[in-house]
Amino acid sequence: MKNINVKKHMLVPEHSKLTKKEIQELLEEYNLSLNELPKIVSTDPAIERFNVKLGDVIKIIRDSPTAGKSIYYRVVING
Amino acid sequence: MNRLFKKYEGKLPLKVINDIKEKLPKKISEAKLKKILEEVVMEYNKMLVQPGESVGLVSAESIGEPGTQMTLNTFHFAGVAEMNITMGLPRIIEILDGKKTIETPMTEIYLKKPYSQGKNIKKLALSIKETKLNEIVSEFMVNIAESKIELRVDEKRMESIGVNYPVIQKCIKASFKELALSKKGDSIILKLSEKEKELNQLFKVKEKIKEVYIQGIKGITQVLPIKKGSEFLIITAGTNLKKVLELDFVDKTRTISNNIFEIASVLGIEAARQAIINEVFKVIQNQGLNVDIRHLMLVADTMCATGTIKGVTRYGVVKEKASVLARASFETPIKHIFNASLIGEVDHLNSVVENVMLNQPVPVGTGLPGLVTKVKREPEWLKNKH
Repeated sequence: MKNINVKKHMLVPEHSKLTKKEIQELLEEYNLSLNELPKIVSTDPAIERFNVKLGDVIKIIRDSPTAGKSIYYRVVING
Repeated sequence: MNRLFKKYEGKLPLKVINDIKEKLPKKISEAKLKKILEEVVMEYNKMLVQPGESVGLVSAESIGEPGTQMTLNTFHFAGVAEMNITMGLPRIIEILDGKKTIETPMTEIYLKKPYSQGKNIKKLALSIKETKLNEIVSEFMVNIAESKIELRVDEKRMESIGVNYPVIQKCIKASFKELALSKKGDSIILKLSEKEKELNQLFKVKEKIKEVYIQGIKGITQVLPIKKGSEFLIITAGTNLKKVLELDFVDKTRTISNNIFEIASVLGIEAARQAIINEVFKVIQNQGLNVDIRHLMLVADTMCATGTIKGVTRYGVVKEKASVLARASFETPIKHIFNASLIGEVDHLNSVVENVMLNQPVPVGTGLPGLVTKVKREPEWLKNKH
Protein backbone atom coordinates (compact mmCIF):
# COMPACT_ATOMS: atom_id res chain seq x y z
CA MET A 1 0.00 0.00 0.00
CA LYS A 2 1.60 3.21 -1.08
CA ASN A 3 1.63 6.33 1.05
CA ILE A 4 -1.08 5.31 3.48
CA ASN A 5 0.16 5.83 6.98
CA VAL A 6 -2.18 3.62 8.95
CA LYS A 7 -0.56 4.64 12.21
CA LYS A 8 -1.79 8.21 11.98
CA HIS A 9 -5.45 7.41 11.36
CA MET A 10 -7.74 8.39 14.17
CA LEU A 11 -9.37 4.97 14.37
CA VAL A 12 -6.06 3.19 14.87
CA PRO A 13 -4.78 3.08 18.46
CA GLU A 14 -1.14 2.85 19.39
CA HIS A 15 0.37 -0.60 18.75
CA SER A 16 3.69 -1.83 20.09
CA LYS A 17 5.46 -5.16 20.20
CA LEU A 18 6.37 -6.76 23.52
CA THR A 19 9.78 -8.26 24.17
CA LYS A 20 10.20 -11.90 25.25
CA LYS A 21 10.68 -10.82 28.84
CA GLU A 22 7.60 -8.61 28.84
CA ILE A 23 5.49 -11.45 27.42
CA GLN A 24 6.67 -13.70 30.22
CA GLU A 25 5.79 -11.07 32.82
CA LEU A 26 2.38 -10.46 31.29
CA LEU A 27 1.45 -14.12 31.26
CA GLU A 28 2.58 -14.52 34.85
CA GLU A 29 0.75 -11.46 36.07
CA TYR A 30 -2.61 -12.55 34.68
CA ASN A 31 -1.98 -16.29 35.00
CA LEU A 32 -2.59 -16.92 31.30
CA SER A 33 -1.29 -19.04 28.49
CA LEU A 34 -0.58 -17.48 25.11
CA ASN A 35 -3.59 -18.93 23.32
CA GLU A 36 -5.98 -17.48 25.86
CA LEU A 37 -5.17 -13.95 24.70
CA PRO A 38 -7.23 -12.26 21.96
CA LYS A 39 -5.73 -12.71 18.52
CA ILE A 40 -4.45 -10.51 15.75
CA VAL A 41 -3.60 -11.82 12.28
CA SER A 42 -0.02 -11.42 11.11
CA THR A 43 -1.16 -9.58 7.98
CA ASP A 44 -2.97 -6.87 9.93
CA PRO A 45 -2.11 -3.48 8.39
CA ALA A 46 -1.57 -1.86 11.77
CA ILE A 47 1.32 -4.19 12.67
CA GLU A 48 2.87 -4.43 9.23
CA ARG A 49 5.88 -2.35 10.29
CA PHE A 50 6.90 -4.66 13.17
CA ASN A 51 7.89 -7.74 11.15
CA VAL A 52 5.95 -9.93 13.51
CA LYS A 53 6.16 -13.69 13.78
CA LEU A 54 3.81 -16.20 15.34
CA GLY A 55 3.51 -15.96 19.10
CA ASP A 56 4.51 -12.32 19.36
CA VAL A 57 2.33 -10.24 21.63
CA ILE A 58 1.12 -6.80 20.56
CA LYS A 59 0.33 -4.24 23.22
CA ILE A 60 -2.43 -1.84 22.25
CA ILE A 61 -3.09 1.39 24.09
CA ARG A 62 -6.61 2.45 23.26
CA ASP A 63 -8.33 5.71 23.92
CA SER A 64 -11.29 4.78 26.01
CA PRO A 65 -14.26 7.04 26.67
CA THR A 66 -14.72 5.52 30.11
CA ALA A 67 -11.17 5.03 31.35
CA GLY A 68 -9.11 7.55 29.42
CA LYS A 69 -6.57 5.01 28.27
CA SER A 70 -6.97 1.26 28.33
CA ILE A 71 -4.42 -1.40 27.58
CA TYR A 72 -5.18 -4.48 25.53
CA TYR A 73 -3.03 -7.38 24.39
CA ARG A 74 -3.28 -9.49 21.27
CA VAL A 75 -1.22 -12.50 20.25
CA VAL A 76 -0.14 -12.83 16.62
CA ILE A 77 -1.64 -15.77 14.70
CA ASN A 78 -1.41 -16.91 11.11
CA GLY A 79 -3.74 -15.29 8.69
CA MET B 1 3.65 15.10 43.56
CA ASN B 2 3.76 13.83 40.00
CA ARG B 3 5.90 11.02 41.26
CA LEU B 4 3.09 10.00 43.57
CA PHE B 5 0.57 10.06 40.74
CA LYS B 6 2.87 7.97 38.63
CA LYS B 7 2.85 5.29 41.30
CA TYR B 8 -0.92 5.01 41.07
CA GLU B 9 -1.08 4.81 37.31
CA GLY B 10 -1.38 1.03 37.30
CA LYS B 11 -4.02 1.02 39.98
CA LEU B 12 -6.34 3.70 38.66
CA PRO B 13 -7.48 4.51 35.12
CA LEU B 14 -6.03 7.61 33.55
CA LYS B 15 -9.33 9.44 33.54
CA VAL B 16 -9.74 9.11 37.29
CA ILE B 17 -6.23 10.38 37.88
CA ASN B 18 -6.84 13.37 35.65
CA ASP B 19 -10.07 14.11 37.47
CA ILE B 20 -8.27 14.10 40.79
CA LYS B 21 -5.54 16.36 39.47
CA GLU B 22 -8.15 18.81 38.27
CA LYS B 23 -10.12 18.96 41.48
CA LEU B 24 -7.21 19.17 43.91
CA PRO B 25 -6.78 22.40 45.86
CA LYS B 26 -3.68 24.33 44.89
CA LYS B 27 -1.73 23.50 47.98
CA ILE B 28 -1.82 20.05 49.40
CA SER B 29 0.67 18.08 51.38
CA GLU B 30 2.00 14.86 50.01
CA ALA B 31 0.68 12.88 52.95
CA LYS B 32 -2.82 14.15 52.43
CA LEU B 33 -2.71 13.45 48.72
CA LYS B 34 -1.60 9.93 49.40
CA LYS B 35 -4.54 9.49 51.74
CA ILE B 36 -6.90 10.74 49.06
CA LEU B 37 -5.45 8.42 46.46
CA GLU B 38 -5.67 5.43 48.76
CA GLU B 39 -9.30 6.25 49.41
CA VAL B 40 -10.00 6.56 45.68
CA VAL B 41 -8.33 3.23 44.94
CA MET B 42 -10.54 1.60 47.53
CA GLU B 43 -13.69 3.14 46.11
CA TYR B 44 -12.60 2.29 42.59
CA ASN B 45 -12.09 -1.35 43.43
CA LYS B 46 -15.50 -1.46 45.03
CA MET B 47 -17.08 -0.18 41.84
CA LEU B 48 -15.44 -2.72 39.54
CA VAL B 49 -17.59 -5.47 38.10
CA GLN B 50 -17.53 -8.49 40.37
CA PRO B 51 -15.91 -11.67 39.10
CA GLY B 52 -18.63 -13.99 37.86
CA GLU B 53 -21.01 -11.21 36.89
CA SER B 54 -22.81 -12.20 33.69
CA VAL B 55 -21.79 -9.11 31.74
CA GLY B 56 -22.71 -10.54 28.36
CA LEU B 57 -26.29 -11.13 29.40
CA VAL B 58 -26.55 -7.61 30.81
CA SER B 59 -25.17 -6.22 27.55
CA ALA B 60 -27.60 -8.22 25.47
CA GLU B 61 -30.54 -6.93 27.49
CA SER B 62 -29.28 -3.38 27.50
CA ILE B 63 -28.86 -3.25 23.74
CA GLY B 64 -31.90 -5.35 22.92
CA GLU B 65 -34.44 -3.52 25.05
CA PRO B 66 -34.08 -0.07 23.44
CA GLY B 67 -33.77 -1.89 20.12
CA THR B 68 -37.46 -2.64 20.27
CA GLN B 69 -38.20 1.05 20.02
CA MET B 70 -36.06 1.82 17.01
CA THR B 71 -37.47 2.83 13.69
CA LEU B 72 -37.41 0.36 10.88
CA ASN B 73 -37.16 2.74 7.96
CA THR B 74 -34.19 4.19 6.12
CA PHE B 75 -33.68 7.91 6.09
CA HIS B 76 -33.36 9.96 2.97
CA PHE B 77 -30.50 12.35 2.74
CA ALA B 78 -31.70 15.94 2.86
CA GLY B 79 -31.51 17.64 -0.50
CA VAL B 80 -30.30 14.87 -2.71
CA ALA B 81 -32.52 12.32 -4.30
CA GLU B 82 -31.58 8.66 -4.15
CA MET B 83 -28.93 9.09 -1.49
CA ASN B 84 -30.24 7.31 1.53
CA ILE B 85 -28.58 5.71 4.49
CA THR B 86 -29.61 2.64 6.40
CA MET B 87 -30.34 3.62 9.96
CA GLY B 88 -32.16 2.37 12.98
CA LEU B 89 -32.57 -1.32 13.67
CA PRO B 90 -31.59 -2.63 10.21
CA ARG B 91 -28.25 -0.87 10.48
CA ILE B 92 -27.55 -2.30 13.95
CA ILE B 93 -28.45 -5.78 12.77
CA GLU B 94 -26.18 -5.29 9.77
CA ILE B 95 -23.21 -4.33 11.93
CA LEU B 96 -23.66 -6.88 14.70
CA ASP B 97 -24.37 -9.71 12.28
CA GLY B 98 -21.13 -8.89 10.50
CA LYS B 99 -22.65 -8.58 7.04
CA LYS B 100 -19.94 -8.36 4.42
CA THR B 101 -21.91 -6.37 1.91
CA ILE B 102 -23.87 -3.62 3.56
CA GLU B 103 -26.96 -1.97 2.18
CA THR B 104 -25.72 1.57 1.81
CA PRO B 105 -21.94 1.78 1.77
CA MET B 106 -20.67 5.28 2.37
CA THR B 107 -17.45 7.19 2.84
CA GLU B 108 -16.90 10.46 4.63
CA ILE B 109 -13.94 12.09 2.96
CA TYR B 110 -12.29 14.85 4.95
CA LEU B 111 -10.04 17.17 2.98
CA LYS B 112 -6.73 18.82 3.61
CA LYS B 113 -6.39 22.59 3.62
CA PRO B 114 -7.08 24.60 1.46
CA TYR B 115 -9.60 22.20 -0.04
CA SER B 116 -11.44 21.88 3.27
CA GLN B 117 -12.29 25.58 2.98
CA GLY B 118 -14.21 24.91 -0.19
CA LYS B 119 -11.57 25.38 -2.87
CA ASN B 120 -12.49 23.49 -6.04
CA ILE B 121 -14.75 21.28 -4.00
CA LYS B 122 -17.14 20.48 -6.80
CA LYS B 123 -14.37 19.56 -9.18
CA LEU B 124 -12.66 17.36 -6.59
CA ALA B 125 -15.89 15.61 -5.82
CA LEU B 126 -16.55 14.85 -9.47
CA SER B 127 -13.01 13.65 -10.02
CA ILE B 128 -13.54 11.00 -7.35
CA LYS B 129 -16.79 9.75 -8.78
CA GLU B 130 -16.55 6.76 -11.04
CA THR B 131 -17.47 8.04 -14.51
CA LYS B 132 -18.46 5.77 -17.33
CA LEU B 133 -18.67 6.68 -20.97
CA ASN B 134 -22.46 6.82 -21.15
CA GLU B 135 -22.48 9.68 -18.67
CA ILE B 136 -20.66 12.04 -20.99
CA VAL B 137 -22.12 10.81 -24.25
CA SER B 138 -25.51 12.25 -25.08
CA GLU B 139 -26.29 9.99 -28.04
CA PHE B 140 -25.15 6.66 -29.44
CA MET B 141 -25.86 6.30 -33.14
CA VAL B 142 -25.38 3.06 -35.00
CA ASN B 143 -24.72 3.21 -38.70
CA ILE B 144 -25.49 -0.26 -39.99
CA ALA B 145 -24.49 0.28 -43.58
CA GLU B 146 -20.97 1.36 -42.79
CA SER B 147 -20.77 -0.59 -39.48
CA LYS B 148 -19.89 2.52 -37.55
CA ILE B 149 -20.89 3.81 -34.13
CA GLU B 150 -21.11 7.52 -33.65
CA LEU B 151 -20.87 8.94 -30.13
CA ARG B 152 -22.11 12.47 -29.66
CA VAL B 153 -20.26 13.88 -26.67
CA ASP B 154 -21.80 16.30 -24.21
CA GLU B 155 -19.09 18.95 -24.02
CA LYS B 156 -20.49 20.83 -21.05
CA ARG B 157 -20.59 17.68 -19.01
CA MET B 158 -17.11 16.78 -20.15
CA GLU B 159 -15.76 20.11 -19.00
CA SER B 160 -17.41 19.87 -15.59
CA ILE B 161 -15.68 16.60 -14.80
CA GLY B 162 -12.44 17.74 -16.39
CA VAL B 163 -11.72 15.32 -19.24
CA ASN B 164 -10.98 15.98 -22.90
CA TYR B 165 -11.19 14.09 -26.17
CA PRO B 166 -7.74 12.47 -26.09
CA VAL B 167 -8.49 11.04 -22.62
CA ILE B 168 -11.75 9.55 -23.79
CA GLN B 169 -10.18 8.14 -26.93
CA LYS B 170 -7.42 6.60 -24.87
CA CYS B 171 -9.95 5.01 -22.52
CA ILE B 172 -11.91 3.49 -25.39
CA LYS B 173 -8.74 2.31 -27.05
CA ALA B 174 -7.63 0.59 -23.85
CA SER B 175 -10.69 -1.65 -23.72
CA PHE B 176 -11.40 -2.05 -27.47
CA LYS B 177 -8.14 -2.52 -29.31
CA GLU B 178 -9.79 -3.55 -32.56
CA LEU B 179 -11.69 -0.33 -33.14
CA ALA B 180 -10.58 2.45 -35.42
CA LEU B 181 -11.21 5.85 -33.84
CA SER B 182 -11.71 9.18 -35.52
CA LYS B 183 -13.12 12.53 -34.46
CA LYS B 184 -15.56 14.72 -36.30
CA GLY B 185 -16.96 17.88 -34.74
CA ASP B 186 -18.37 17.04 -31.31
CA SER B 187 -18.62 13.34 -31.96
CA ILE B 188 -16.31 10.35 -31.91
CA ILE B 189 -16.68 7.79 -34.66
CA LEU B 190 -15.82 4.16 -34.07
CA LYS B 191 -15.35 1.84 -37.00
CA LEU B 192 -15.41 -1.90 -36.54
CA SER B 193 -12.65 -3.95 -38.08
CA GLU B 194 -13.34 -6.15 -41.11
CA LYS B 195 -13.81 -9.46 -39.34
CA GLU B 196 -16.35 -8.13 -36.84
CA LYS B 197 -18.66 -6.61 -39.37
CA GLU B 198 -21.68 -8.66 -38.41
CA LEU B 199 -24.74 -6.83 -37.30
CA ASN B 200 -25.20 -8.31 -33.85
CA GLN B 201 -21.54 -7.67 -33.13
CA LEU B 202 -22.15 -4.02 -33.78
CA PHE B 203 -24.89 -3.82 -31.17
CA LYS B 204 -22.85 -5.82 -28.70
CA VAL B 205 -20.04 -3.32 -28.98
CA LYS B 206 -22.47 -0.47 -28.57
CA GLU B 207 -23.72 -1.88 -25.26
CA LYS B 208 -20.25 -2.68 -24.03
CA ILE B 209 -18.86 0.71 -24.86
CA LYS B 210 -21.34 2.41 -22.57
CA GLU B 211 -19.59 0.82 -19.62
CA VAL B 212 -16.10 2.01 -20.53
CA TYR B 213 -14.39 3.44 -17.48
CA ILE B 214 -13.23 7.02 -17.94
CA GLN B 215 -12.00 8.30 -14.58
CA GLY B 216 -12.58 8.36 -10.85
CA ILE B 217 -12.43 5.67 -8.20
CA LYS B 218 -14.08 2.37 -8.90
CA GLY B 219 -17.01 1.66 -6.61
CA ILE B 220 -17.98 5.25 -5.89
CA THR B 221 -21.32 5.83 -7.50
CA GLN B 222 -22.39 9.16 -6.08
CA VAL B 223 -20.64 12.15 -4.57
CA LEU B 224 -22.01 14.93 -2.43
CA PRO B 225 -19.97 17.84 -1.14
CA ILE B 226 -21.41 19.19 2.10
CA LYS B 227 -20.44 21.67 4.76
CA LYS B 228 -20.08 20.37 8.27
CA GLY B 229 -19.33 22.99 10.88
CA SER B 230 -16.70 25.20 9.35
CA GLU B 231 -15.25 22.80 6.82
CA PHE B 232 -16.27 21.11 3.63
CA LEU B 233 -16.25 17.39 3.18
CA ILE B 234 -17.34 14.96 0.54
CA ILE B 235 -19.80 12.19 1.23
CA THR B 236 -19.88 9.38 -1.25
CA ALA B 237 -22.21 6.52 -1.89
CA GLY B 238 -20.22 3.39 -2.52
CA THR B 239 -16.85 2.86 -0.88
CA ASN B 240 -13.29 2.20 -1.82
CA LEU B 241 -11.40 3.30 1.26
CA LYS B 242 -8.02 2.08 0.13
CA LYS B 243 -8.05 4.04 -3.09
CA VAL B 244 -9.53 7.12 -1.43
CA LEU B 245 -6.79 7.21 1.19
CA GLU B 246 -4.19 7.16 -1.55
CA LEU B 247 -5.41 10.48 -2.95
CA ASP B 248 -3.27 13.54 -2.25
CA PHE B 249 -5.95 15.98 -1.17
CA VAL B 250 -7.61 13.64 1.31
CA ASP B 251 -7.07 14.01 5.03
CA LYS B 252 -5.65 10.58 5.78
CA THR B 253 -6.27 10.74 9.50
CA ARG B 254 -10.02 11.21 9.59
CA THR B 255 -11.50 9.81 6.39
CA ILE B 256 -13.65 6.80 7.18
CA SER B 257 -15.95 4.35 5.50
CA ASN B 258 -19.00 2.80 7.12
CA ASN B 259 -18.10 -0.72 6.03
CA ILE B 260 -16.36 -2.35 8.98
CA PHE B 261 -14.88 -5.16 6.91
CA GLU B 262 -13.26 -2.63 4.65
CA ILE B 263 -11.85 -0.81 7.65
CA ALA B 264 -10.51 -4.09 9.02
CA SER B 265 -8.67 -4.83 5.80
CA VAL B 266 -7.27 -1.32 5.29
CA LEU B 267 -6.66 -0.11 8.84
CA GLY B 268 -6.55 -3.26 10.93
CA ILE B 269 -8.69 -5.06 13.46
CA GLU B 270 -8.35 -2.47 16.21
CA ALA B 271 -9.67 0.25 13.93
CA ALA B 272 -12.56 -2.03 13.01
CA ARG B 273 -13.39 -2.52 16.67
CA GLN B 274 -13.50 1.22 17.19
CA ALA B 275 -15.60 1.59 14.05
CA ILE B 276 -18.16 -0.95 15.31
CA ILE B 277 -18.51 0.98 18.56
CA ASN B 278 -18.80 4.32 16.79
CA GLU B 279 -21.30 3.13 14.21
CA VAL B 280 -23.62 1.40 16.68
CA PHE B 281 -23.38 4.28 19.10
CA LYS B 282 -24.19 6.75 16.35
CA VAL B 283 -27.37 4.89 15.46
CA ILE B 284 -28.47 4.61 19.07
CA GLN B 285 -27.87 8.30 19.67
CA ASN B 286 -29.68 9.24 16.49
CA GLN B 287 -32.75 7.47 17.77
CA GLY B 288 -32.62 9.44 20.99
CA LEU B 289 -31.89 6.36 23.04
CA ASN B 290 -29.31 5.89 25.73
CA VAL B 291 -27.16 2.79 26.00
CA ASP B 292 -24.01 2.71 28.09
CA ILE B 293 -21.02 2.56 25.78
CA ARG B 294 -19.44 -0.23 27.87
CA HIS B 295 -22.00 -2.68 26.52
CA LEU B 296 -21.05 -1.83 22.96
CA MET B 297 -17.36 -2.10 23.82
CA LEU B 298 -17.94 -5.60 25.14
CA VAL B 299 -19.80 -6.68 22.01
CA ALA B 300 -17.15 -5.16 19.75
CA ASP B 301 -14.36 -6.85 21.72
CA THR B 302 -16.11 -10.20 21.37
CA MET B 303 -16.60 -9.73 17.65
CA CYS B 304 -12.95 -8.84 17.11
CA ALA B 305 -11.31 -11.26 19.57
CA THR B 306 -10.24 -13.76 16.92
CA GLY B 307 -8.39 -11.20 14.82
CA THR B 308 -11.07 -11.08 12.17
CA ILE B 309 -14.59 -9.75 12.47
CA LYS B 310 -17.10 -12.36 13.56
CA GLY B 311 -20.77 -11.47 13.53
CA VAL B 312 -23.06 -12.43 16.38
CA THR B 313 -24.59 -15.30 14.39
CA ARG B 314 -24.31 -19.06 14.24
CA TYR B 315 -21.51 -18.68 11.68
CA GLY B 316 -19.57 -16.14 13.71
CA VAL B 317 -19.20 -15.73 17.43
CA VAL B 318 -21.37 -18.71 18.35
CA LYS B 319 -19.27 -21.04 16.21
CA GLU B 320 -16.26 -20.14 18.35
CA LYS B 321 -17.87 -21.51 21.50
CA ALA B 322 -16.06 -24.46 22.96
CA SER B 323 -19.13 -26.36 24.15
CA VAL B 324 -21.17 -28.52 21.79
CA LEU B 325 -24.35 -28.17 23.80
CA ALA B 326 -24.07 -24.40 23.90
CA ARG B 327 -23.73 -24.26 20.14
CA ALA B 328 -26.59 -26.70 19.67
CA SER B 329 -28.85 -24.66 21.92
CA PHE B 330 -28.48 -21.58 19.71
CA GLU B 331 -29.48 -22.61 16.20
CA THR B 332 -29.45 -25.80 14.06
CA PRO B 333 -29.06 -28.18 17.02
CA ILE B 334 -29.14 -31.45 15.10
CA LYS B 335 -26.31 -30.44 12.80
CA HIS B 336 -24.08 -29.58 15.73
CA ILE B 337 -24.83 -32.73 17.68
CA PHE B 338 -24.29 -34.94 14.61
CA ASN B 339 -20.95 -33.34 13.84
CA ALA B 340 -19.83 -33.53 17.45
CA SER B 341 -20.67 -37.22 17.66
CA LEU B 342 -18.85 -37.92 14.40
CA ILE B 343 -15.55 -36.59 15.67
CA GLY B 344 -16.07 -37.53 19.31
CA GLU B 345 -16.10 -34.05 20.77
CA VAL B 346 -15.92 -33.63 24.55
CA ASP B 347 -17.99 -31.04 26.40
CA HIS B 348 -16.30 -29.76 29.53
CA LEU B 349 -19.44 -28.01 30.80
CA ASN B 350 -17.59 -24.83 31.58
CA SER B 351 -20.27 -22.39 30.57
CA VAL B 352 -23.85 -21.48 31.30
CA VAL B 353 -26.20 -23.00 28.75
CA GLU B 354 -24.92 -26.55 28.87
CA ASN B 355 -25.22 -26.58 32.65
CA VAL B 356 -28.78 -25.34 32.47
CA MET B 357 -29.55 -28.24 30.13
CA LEU B 358 -28.05 -30.73 32.54
CA ASN B 359 -29.75 -29.19 35.58
CA GLN B 360 -26.55 -28.18 37.28
CA PRO B 361 -25.59 -24.93 38.97
CA VAL B 362 -24.34 -22.49 36.35
CA PRO B 363 -20.90 -20.96 36.78
CA VAL B 364 -22.15 -17.43 37.18
CA GLY B 365 -22.10 -15.22 40.26
CA THR B 366 -22.15 -17.37 43.39
CA GLY B 367 -22.16 -20.50 41.23
CA LEU B 368 -18.67 -19.72 40.01
CA PRO B 369 -16.39 -20.55 42.94
CA GLY B 370 -15.84 -24.21 43.62
CA LEU B 371 -14.85 -25.75 46.88
CA VAL B 372 -11.17 -26.44 47.24
CA THR B 373 -9.83 -28.48 50.11
CA LYS B 374 -6.53 -29.99 50.86
CA VAL B 375 -6.87 -33.76 50.96
CA LYS B 376 -5.26 -35.02 54.11
CA ARG B 377 -2.56 -37.53 53.68
CA GLU B 378 -3.61 -41.01 54.69
CA PRO B 379 -2.54 -41.72 58.27
CA GLU B 380 0.16 -44.31 58.75
CA TRP B 381 -2.03 -46.69 60.72
CA LEU B 382 -4.67 -46.79 57.96
CA LYS B 383 -2.12 -47.56 55.31
CA ASN B 384 -0.96 -50.61 57.20
CA LYS B 385 -4.49 -51.96 57.43
CA HIS B 386 -4.90 -52.30 53.64
